[in-house]
Amino acid sequence: MGLEYVRISPGFEKYMPRDYVDLVKYGPFGKQVDVMQMGQFKELVEEHPMCAGCYMAYFIRVFYAALPNPEDTIVLGTAGCARLALSQAAVPFIYGNYGDTNAVASGLKRALSIRFPDKVKDVVVIAGDGGLIDIGFGMTMHSWFRREKFTTIMVDNEVYGNTGGQESGMSPKGIQLKMAPLGKKFDKINAVELAKTAGCVYVARISPTNPKRIAKTIRRAILAARHFGPTFIHAYTSCNIEYSIPTREVLADARKREKQDFKFYEWMTDEVKEFFEELERKEKQEVKK
Amino acid sequence: MPEQRVVEPEYLILEAPRERKFITGSQAFAEAVKRANVDVAIAYPITPQSETMHLVGDLYAQGYVKDYYRAEEEYGAMSAIAGAVRGGARAFTATSGPGLLRGLEAIASWPGHRIPAVLGIMTRVVNAPLSIQPDNVEIAYLLNAGLIVLHAENQQDVFDFTLAGFVISEKVDVYLPVVVATEGFFVTHAKGYVDLPPEDMKLPPRDPYKAPVPPTDCEIPPARIQRDAPVQKSNFMSYLIHAVWQQEVWSANRRAAKWIKHYLGGLIEVVNPDAEVFIVASGCAAAQGREAQRYATMEGLNVGLVKIKSLRPFPTNELREVLKNAKAVIVPEHNIVGWLAKEVKAAIPNSGIVVDGPRVYGGMTLPVELIMDEIYKAFGIKKEKKTVV
Ligand SMILES: Cc1ncc(C[n+]2csc(CCOP(=O)(O)OP(=O)(O)O)c2C)c(N)n1
Ligand code: SF4
Repeated sequence: MGLEYVRISPGFEKYMPRDYVDLVKYGPFGKQVDVMQMGQFKELVEEHPMCAGCYMAYFIRVFYAALPNPEDTIVLGTAGCARLALSQAAVPFIYGNYGDTNAVASGLKRALSIRFPDKVKDVVVIAGDGGLIDIGFGMTMHSWFRREKFTTIMVDNEVYGNTGGQESGMSPKGIQLKMAPLGKKFDKINAVELAKTAGCVYVARISPTNPKRIAKTIRRAILAARHFGPTFIHAYTSCNIEYSIPTREVLADARKREKQDFKFYEWMTDEVKEFFEELERKEKQEVKK
Repeated sequence: MPEQRVVEPEYLILEAPRERKFITGSQAFAEAVKRANVDVAIAYPITPQSETMHLVGDLYAQGYVKDYYRAEEEYGAMSAIAGAVRGGARAFTATSGPGLLRGLEAIASWPGHRIPAVLGIMTRVVNAPLSIQPDNVEIAYLLNAGLIVLHAENQQDVFDFTLAGFVISEKVDVYLPVVVATEGFFVTHAKGYVDLPPEDMKLPPRDPYKAPVPPTDCEIPPARIQRDAPVQKSNFMSYLIHAVWQQEVWSANRRAAKWIKHYLGGLIEVVNPDAEVFIVASGCAAAQGREAQRYATMEGLNVGLVKIKSLRPFPTNELREVLKNAKAVIVPEHNIVGWLAKEVKAAIPNSGIVVDGPRVYGGMTLPVELIMDEIYKAFGIKKEKKTVV
C-alpha cells in the first residue's frame, strides 16, 4: 500500500489494534530491513497454522523480511501449504483457484500498469511445486513466454504436502509416495532450465541455509521483474512431515541437499547483470557517504 | 479512432440518439465494447466466438481498449480476467461451449471473488460427438454459479445487454460478473438491424473504489487486508464465512433485477399479456416463439409470448403474474435437457400446464412449425400437418 495509506490518521492510534500500530511503527514499511535482525522488528507474518518446524514456513518468514517494497507489493498464492502463512501476512494476498497464480498475476500486473503507470507495484507469486509445475504448468510457462513482469517463487517440498503426501512432478525419481505406490517413475522436472528457456530474465535455485543469501536472491528477483521481465526462484523447502525429517534436522537436511542437487545457482541476462552492478555500485557509494 | 467523450451511462444507454446499422452479432458485441471504456480484453479462440474477439483485438489496435492478449487457454484467460478486475481494471472476454467448460472453475469463482466483468457466451455444442453448432446446453452449467446471466435474442440485444452489462456488473449493490449469452452462428454470424448510439461516446471509466470489496492495488487501508482469509482459520469459520458470503452473492444477484429493469426494460418482455396460451422462451428460441405467436394470432388463436431476457436473476414473480391465467405454457429450447422448462416449472405454482418443448439439439434450427404443433395441441385443434413458411 502506498505508504500514505499505511499510516494511521492522527488521533486514531489509540483506537487501532495494537498489532496494527506496532506494524506501522516497528514494521518494515518504508524501509529496507535486514533479515539478520529478524526478531528485532515487527514482522509482516507472525502467527500461522503451518506445521511446527516446517522449513517452508521459515522460508516465507524470510521472504516477507526481504521484500524491497512491502507497502506496494501484492502476493499471490494458491492451494498448498504456503498459502496458510501467506494469508496471515500484512501484505495484500490473492488466492484464486489451484494452479492459477501466474494467469491471475498476469491480469493483475497489467491492470496495475494501466492504472499506475508511474508507480512501483511489485507482484510476487509464491506457490508449491504442484501448483506451479503440475496443475498450473501451462499458465506458469506462458506467463514466462509472454514476459510478464512479475516474480514466481516455487517453494518446492517435492510432494503435495497439503493433500497429504502425494507424488508431484518435482518429487525425486524412485521415491515412494502416495499415488506412487511403486515409487515415482520419472525424474524431477528441471524447473530452472525450463524457466531459462521460457524467457525468465533472472533465475535462481536455492536451498535455504543462509538467510542473507535468501533475502538477496528474493530482492534481486523482484527488482529484475520490476524492470525487465519474468523472474523465477526455485527454493528447496523441505516437508518435515511427509519426508519424516525431524524438526531439529531440517537445517542439516537443507545443507545436505545443497551439497547434492540444490547448490546455489544464479543466472541472469546481461542486461540484468549490468543493472545490479550499477545498483550495487551506487549502494556502496551511499554507504561510504 | 475518433476522440471519445465520456458520458453518463443513463445517457449512453437510454437517451443518446441512435443510428440503425445492419451488422452481425459479433459486430454488435464489439460495438458495445467500443463504447464501454474497457481496460483489458483477453482472448482465446474457439468457433463461433473467435470473430468477436478478433474485432475486439482490432479495437485494441485502434486504441479503444488499453490492453489485449491471446491467452494460453480458457482457464488462463478466465483467471487473468479475475486478476485484472481485482487490480481495478474493466475487463471483457468471451468464449463458447468447450471453452466455457474449460474455464468454468475460474468463472464459477468470480462471483465469490466479487469480480465485475462481462463474459460473452456464443453457444456451441459440448460433449461428444463433436459439433460446432449452437446448441445452448452450456447455459445450464452457468445458472448456479452466482453470475448474472442475460440471454440475447438477436443482434440488438447483444449490443444493449453487453453495454448495460458493464454498468450493471459494477453497481455497488451488485458487483458480480454479467454473462451475455447468445446462440452462436444464428446470432453471431448473421446480420440484423442494430440501433447504435454514437461511437464518439463512451462510458465513464471503472471506479474500483466504488465497491463493496476493494481492489487489490495497495492503495487502500488497512495494511492487513487479507490477513484473515477465512478458510485458514478453522473449519468452523470456513463453513460459516463461506455460507454467509455466498448468501450475499445470491442477494446481490437478486438486487441486479432493478438495474436490469432500469437499463433493459425488465427481466422479461411480454407480447399479448391477455393470452390463453403462452410461449416462454429465451435467446434464439424467443425469436422463433415470436414468429409462432404472430402466425397463431393470424389464425385467430389467443397466444402470447414471454421472452426471458434475464435467466439470473430469474423472473419468478414476473412469470407467476403473467402466467396466472394461462391454460398452457409452451417452452421451446435449443438443447436436450430442457433447462428452461425446468426453471419455468419450478417458478409457477401449477407446473402441470408447462409443455416440455419443443426442443432441438446438436445445434439444429428450431422450425416454427414445431411450436405451432404444440399450440394446436394446447387448443385441442386437430390439424393435418400444416406447413407455415
Ligand atoms: C482444482 C483443484 N484440484 C485439486 C485440488 C486439491 N489440492 C489442494 S492443495 C493440493 C496439492 C498442493 O501441493 P503443492 O502445490 O506441491 O503445495 P504444498 O502443499 O506441497 O506446499 C491439491 C492437489 C484443488 N484445491 N483444486
Ligand atoms: S505438510 Fe509439510 S510443507 Fe506443509 S506445512 Fe506441514 S511440514 Fe510444511
